[in-house]
Amino acid sequence: MKVALFVPCYIDQFYPQVGVATLQLLEKLGVQAHFPAQQTCCGQPLANSGCERDALPIYKHFVNTFQDYDYVVAPSGSCVYHVRKHFDKLDQTAEVQHVRGAAYDLIDFISTVLKVDALPGAFPHKVGLHLSCHGQRGLHQANESEMTPVRDGQLSRLLRSLDGIELTQLNRNDECCGFGGTFCVSEAGISARMGQDRVADHVRNGTQVLTGSDMSCLMHLEGIVRRAKMPIKVMHAAEILNGVLASV
Amino acid sequence: MSHAIRADKFLLDADRTTWHDETLWFVREKRDRAVYAVPEFQELRELASQIKNHTLSRLDLYLQEFEAAAQANGVHVHWAADAAEHNAIILDIIKKQGATRVVKSKSMLTEECHLNPYLIQHGVEVVDTDLGERIIQFRDEAPSHIVLPAIHLKKEDVGDTFHTHLGTAKGESDPQRLTEAARQHLRSKFVAGEVAISGVNFAIAETGAVVVCTNEGNADLGVNLARVHIAAMGIEKIIPRLTDLGVFTRLLARSATGQPVTTYTSHFAKPAPDKEMHIVIVDNGRTQQLGRPDFRASLKCIRCGACMNTCPVYRRSGGHSYDFTVPGPIGAILSPNIDMKKHASLPFASTLCGSCTDVCPVKIDIHTQLYKWRQVLGEANEIPASKKWGMKFMGRVLASTRVYGLGGQFARRALRLLPHGLTHAPSFNAWAVARELPEAPKQSFREWYAKQPQPAPQPQSQVPA
Repeated sequence: MKVALFVPCYIDQFYPQVGVATLQLLEKLGVQAHFPAQQTCCGQPLANSGCERDALPIYKHFVNTFQDYDYVVAPSGSCVYHVRKHFDKLDQTAEVQHVRGAAYDLIDFISTVLKVDALPGAFPHKVGLHLSCHGQRGLHQANESEMTPVRDGQLSRLLRSLDGIELTQLNRNDECCGFGGTFCVSEAGISARMGQDRVADHVRNGTQVLTGSDMSCLMHLEGIVRRAKMPIKVMHAAEILNGVLASV
Repeated sequence: MSHAIRADKFLLDADRTTWHDETLWFVREKRDRAVYAVPEFQELRELASQIKNHTLSRLDLYLQEFEAAAQANGVHVHWAADAAEHNAIILDIIKKQGATRVVKSKSMLTEECHLNPYLIQHGVEVVDTDLGERIIQFRDEAPSHIVLPAIHLKKEDVGDTFHTHLGTAKGESDPQRLTEAARQHLRSKFVAGEVAISGVNFAIAETGAVVVCTNEGNADLGVNLARVHIAAMGIEKIIPRLTDLGVFTRLLARSATGQPVTTYTSHFAKPAPDKEMHIVIVDNGRTQQLGRPDFRASLKCIRCGACMNTCPVYRRSGGHSYDFTVPGPIGAILSPNIDMKKHASLPFASTLCGSCTDVCPVKIDIHTQLYKWRQVLGEANEIPASKKWGMKFMGRVLASTRVYGLGGQFARRALRLLPHGLTHAPSFNAWAVARELPEAPKQSFREWYAKQPQPAPQPQSQVPA
């Protein structure tokens, strides 16, 4: 199994520790992932801004970079959703179709490809899970509250398998955090207000560690937490799971 | 003025924003409880979606079938290409009656056509009889929600309005006393009404009847008391058969307010003896949308408002920030069809979270259409120049490994070296108005990886202290 690690641009530049944790976590689960050095970005920021045409060279670069791998794994559901859903604008060559199907969010990869849904180890903290919309509703990684509530989420199942962990019960389980890519700048007021409300739900219900599987939402929420100097630690789920596995 | 600027005005009153958000979220939760209680809800959604898809694919045939059936029932059928024709037809009917007093039950189509000001300008008294509509009519405002038109107002606001217009006690905010005042006021208007105008929730091709759903019974009171009933409907209100109706009535009220069914679901098929019934069938841009393959599914909408109640952006920006008859996510895909330039910012008033799509009872892919509208607007040069050129620049950077790597190093170094006041200046960094920027690490992931012994790095603990 040839697995490539895709480290989205903002994680590469601002959260290298999330890339490291992802790489190490995969290794502990028996997967030797390779990081193709020529990778850049999936092009989502441009496309979501209405500039899909300007993003096409980025899409092509992405396909060229990853076409020789069986799986492309990234710690960001939103970028994976973009590759799967919006690369339909390219000519659908065999390479393009392969890369679209090979792209996996890290947690989805662990759950559905590696078929791991429990991990040994302890994380004795009160953990609040932020369900990111693109992973949850776009890639169906967790149940949508709009639907009949029957299905469990991949990440909550993994986290609940840890010893001593307590998952926060939120008033609004899966409300959007308000990041939305360039939305956070073009509609900065609403974006900030949504983020503040989201963090407040966690604070009210006792979250100590705020986590999720999409670093972009967490970057936005962390910015709000740090501005307000709130006693919450924001960590990508890969950091928690990797740390836990190292300690057993 | 863009949606963001109007939303910022709404956000200035933080407490009111909280209240608006919580009130609509309460409705969303009611909807969830009602939906979870129906095990076949997803099958109902699918069925409704298929019926609507089928109907839109044969819309001309079903409209003609409807017209013939309605005429056979003794109903006068009129066709209006646009808002101006719609208004002129209705005024003509009223004039021929020699009438001056009209009672109207809630209709977003007549709002869309700006019927009220047109009739008033021509000397006709128009009274909106839905309580919420009456409140905003007193205040000379537009509805801020399609099901809950006065949801932006608190009971104290209504008290002030009724004090001015109905003479209730100053400072009165008791909902029961205010409602009673409105009831007495509206009763006199119902009794005096000569012509009743209603909207249409569903029009049944097979029978030629129209169905109107209300919770206050005001459409029924108006229609049954007046001599003439005028029902105004968009062409997309058609459903093929009477047996299809149950699918939609089960979905409509649950999705809208969490009720199993609306209090009144009234069928109007033919005029009573010595009375008249008219139906005005309106296009007003709908066939244009039907001709846009990416956006035609927006015509499936049954106007339940569930996408507004669930939308985290709508709940925090209020309906008026959309500046369109139908606000919220569905409005943001309907409005650029009418005026792309004026409504260019609306498809961007979304995080594309997808909740609107999941909540939609007829499965309109709302957030996908928002994304597609953005591309149409980008191609049509209707996005801000700063964004356009910024994205072109980013495209160049991100298509090249070398330029991207150098750019990243430069940006991180700048963030580390420049003073906080400069990197976080709200005047040119919208992110930093309410958020700290991420701390710029000295090393990017790719720089770290390049230094690792290949092929694989050694595990190391990342547990927080």
